[in-house]
Amino acid sequence: MPAQLQAMRRKIRTVKSIKKITKAQELVATSRIARAQERVGAARPYADAITQVLSALASKAAIDHPLLVPRERVRRAGVLLITSDRGLAGGYNINAIRTAEQLMARLREDGKECVLYVIGRKGVAYYRFRNRPIEASWTGFSEQPQFENAREVGETLIKAFTAGADDDLGDPGHDGVHGVDELHVVSTQFRSLMTQAPAANFLAPMQTEHAEGLLPAYEFEPDPETLLDALLPKYINTRIFAALLDSAASESASRRRAMKAASDNADDLLTTYTRAMNSARQADITQEISEIVGGANALAAAGREV
Amino acid sequence: MANQLHVDVVSVEEKVWSGEADMLVARTTEGELGILHGHAPLLGQLAEPAQIRIKRPEGDLAYDVAGGFLSVDANGATVLAESCQPASADTAH
Repeated sequence: MPAQLQAMRRKIRTVKSIKKITKAQELVATSRIARAQERVGAARPYADAITQVLSALASKAAIDHPLLVPRERVRRAGVLLITSDRGLAGGYNINAIRTAEQLMARLREDGKECVLYVIGRKGVAYYRFRNRPIEASWTGFSEQPQFENAREVGETLIKAFTAGADDDLGDPGHDGVHGVDELHVVSTQFRSLMTQAPAANFLAPMQTEHAEGLLPAYEFEPDPETLLDALLPKYINTRIFAALLDSAASESASRRRAMKAASDNADDLLTTYTRAMNSARQADITQEISEIVGGANALAAAGREV
Repeated sequence: MANQLHVDVVSVEEKVWSGEADMLVARTTEGELGILHGHAPLLGQLAEPAQIRIKRPEGDLAYDVAGGFLSVDANGATVLAESCQPASADTAH
């Protein structure tokens, strides 16, 4: 019996130390959500302004920029998948990966090859483990993305996109780049503290919305085409940056929820184990007493007979 | 106050400055220009590197801007920048 008591004590100690970790993770994630949301909000004025400028420009300039025109024949599509660097975030990563897989299955049905770009250690590990090719990957900034990171990713993607799919996957062709004709991004959108939904979006060619109503007659410095040339890559970078920020907020929210569930669960386990331990201890004591009483009775009975 | 120009300076990470000014001075790839209230709508790419100056009655502000664009419409002027730092005192005019 004392052996069982020891085992229970050990279990309780284990659960307690796990709970310390999950609780700490929960608190860290909670403080990060607020900061991540702030950054999403802070980046919005720029995104709004550049969208407005772009739609004004796109309705003015001759729309034959390679980043705007859908290609006649799409041979290969690039998919950018945003995952986290660390685990312990519930279904966050697997949901994003599943959405990317669905998207790629759909693209393949349409007869397009897929090229994968991955952000975040978890996504990279997933595809490495399955021996699936990754065209390029970036890690180490999933929780606190900087614009520099988005720009780096954006430059690679735009280079692949402007190169176009003019080669086979096995051989990079004369320009040395596995070009793509389409770009998609799979990220996790932060809807609320309780809901974060993975979503696949079109990145390029871009569908610009023509602004409704009368646009002011803009003057352009330099000419609209040059301006569009300079602006479009920046717009792509902004889109990627926004997706990174949104995903970072989602990651923290997802981690907070998972860690809260784990802490609650640890509490439940502690209660159950403590009860079991108490009853085991009680049983030990009861048994000892009955042994003593039994022994004393036996002794007394033996003494009377002498 | 009448004839004040509303100026927004936004960088990718945050809104840097927003307020009313007498004039905004910026240099596009075509040349330097000053923008007053009621300027014609304009889209421009700022020169690299560029400094923008915001002239106000309370005193001038200057920012060093990289990767910048300038948009002027009826609501005012917006400077879009990839990165934007307050200019150090000795480079400000």
